Amino acid sequence: MKIVVPVKSVAVLDDEPEIVGGVAVDPDALDRDLNEWDAFSLEEALLLREAAGEGEVVVVTVGDADADEALLACLAKGADRGLRVWDDALEGADALAVAYVLAAAVEREAPDLVLCGVQSSDAVNGATGVALAGYLDLPRAAVVAGIEHDAASGAVTVRRELEGGLVELVRVGLPALLTVQTGGNEPRYANLRALKQAREKPREQRSLAELGLDAGAVAATTGSRVRALAVPERGAGAEMLGGSADDVARRIVEIVGERVS
Amino acid sequence: MAGILVMAETRRGELRDVTLELIAAGRELKAAAGDRLVVAVAAADPSAFAAALGADGVDEVLAVTTPTEHFEPHVAQQALEALIAAERPALVLLAHSIDSLGFGPAVAARRNLGFASDVTALAWDDGPVAVRGAYGDKLRAELDFPGKDCTLLMLRAGSFPSTTRTGEAAPVRAVDVALEDARSAHVAFREPEGGDVDIAQAKFVLAIGRGVGDDAGKVAEFERLAERWGATLAVSRPLVDAGWVSAARQVGQSGKTVKPAVYVALGISGAVQHLAGMRTADTIIAVNTDPEAPIFGVAHYGAAADLFEVAEALQQQLG
Repeated sequence: MKIVVPVKSVAVLDDEPEIVGGVAVDPDALDRDLNEWDAFSLEEALLLREAAGEGEVVVVTVGDADADEALLACLAKGADRGLRVWDDALEGADALAVAYVLAAAVEREAPDLVLCGVQSSDAVNGATGVALAGYLDLPRAAVVAGIEHDAASGAVTVRRELEGGLVELVRVGLPALLTVQTGGNEPRYANLRALKQAREKPREQRSLAELGLDAGAVAATTGSRVRALAVPERGAGAEMLGGSADDVARRIVEIVGERVS
Repeated sequence: MAGILVMAETRRGELRDVTLELIAAGRELKAAAGDRLVVAVAAADPSAFAAALGADGVDEVLAVTTPTEHFEPHVAQQALEALIAAERPALVLLAHSIDSLGFGPAVAARRNLGFASDVTALAWDDGPVAVRGAYGDKLRAELDFPGKDCTLLMLRAGSFPSTTRTGEAAPVRAVDVALEDARSAHVAFREPEGGDVDIAQAKFVLAIGRGVGDDAGKVAEFERLAERWGATLAVSRPLVDAGWVSAARQVGQSGKTVKPAVYVALGISGAVQHLAGMRTADTIIAVNTDPEAPIFGVAHYGAAADLFEVAEALQQQLG
């Protein structure tokens, strides 16, 4: 079984970011990390490969050189191979544009399964994976926590976590794309030795042109434009209760008592 | 390209409440967007929802009959693609919900629409303007959609006021859509364990989060505190992920939306997904060690304090 896992090196914002020109964040205010959701989708891929006793897990990212660290982290956890796609024209690309680029990268891998995180912790769109399924015209299930693969029938049965704790079991034939929720597994950690060995694993870099894509066509897929970006005005905020834990508890019991009879 | 198309959301034969929020949000923009608001419902028996969709401002209900009894993303995607092609709306409103996340972005990608998800406010300025969080909700972004004839927006539940039903059924028009077969098969629904607890109905909610630490025994202490106080215990997602508490007690985007008279949050920092499920509570009281925690941005009363010390003091207060 060949599994492609698209991952994102997410931006982690400083507490007091500077906003440039009213629409973008000063890059110096950003740190980078592997997206939390992608740790879970990668873990599902590794578990499926291990259960099958064969197969390949390929991680793909659309990102600049700073995304290499996230890619290496995935290789250290056990992915077999990495691919990073970048072109300066992709700076600020939104979920639809990234999905369009991923579609070209995933298509040439012809995987049995594509496992995305449900969303990224920075953009929180929840859109890239299912947009990718749209471009690739793949059967899909969104927001799954738990995948069982039945090799004989070439299908997976997944647990979809719906609102309010309701679970739906759904069967999807392969090839398919799933978006993976947190909590369905325990992502493994890579030790130092694995991190060192990850550098020896195959890692490709491709430009848009090398994937047969045109920067103008990618830009045309963009779904939105940021016309203003600002630190939200905090409301009046909470009235802070001071004093000892006893004082705080006494006030809370009073406030609750006034409102709940 | 004119008018607004709202995609209704149903589950197990019932209209989901968020649909009425989509209608209310659409109504605000109706005059600017071409003075037409239609609600589409794709289901095995769509006309059954006509009465539930009778609300002010709804001009028509478009009924698409699906071959599947339950939601299936490929069927929903095709239905919406066909509706957009036939009705040519300027704006399509979907819920930012778990089912709609399975097809909304695919429709936007395939039809090259303007697109934004998890939208918390709307405006119109020569076209739709959407407000949403950026960088994990630390910033607020205003988006527009230049060059797009049609824009699909997915609205966060609980961010828009709901609307009341008129009691009269909206006029229904059947729309014949050629639908390919489903590409996935519903197997079963499983009710959450402890599903008999309905935190959404509770008047007084005591919620705990990651701050209680990694000790399942602590959860039991807070259960006793809630019981002693007459509160219903709820949790944020990390405690469900850790397997300590039933998903039926989870508040937030992937859990339930609650609107109690009082919401006491202990050790909850206030991730955007959690705030989505509780920010409309009448009174919010938060205790967290980090004075900068986002929960204090929505709370009415707060204390930057050790939650275990406060919990112990609460136990003593309550006797």
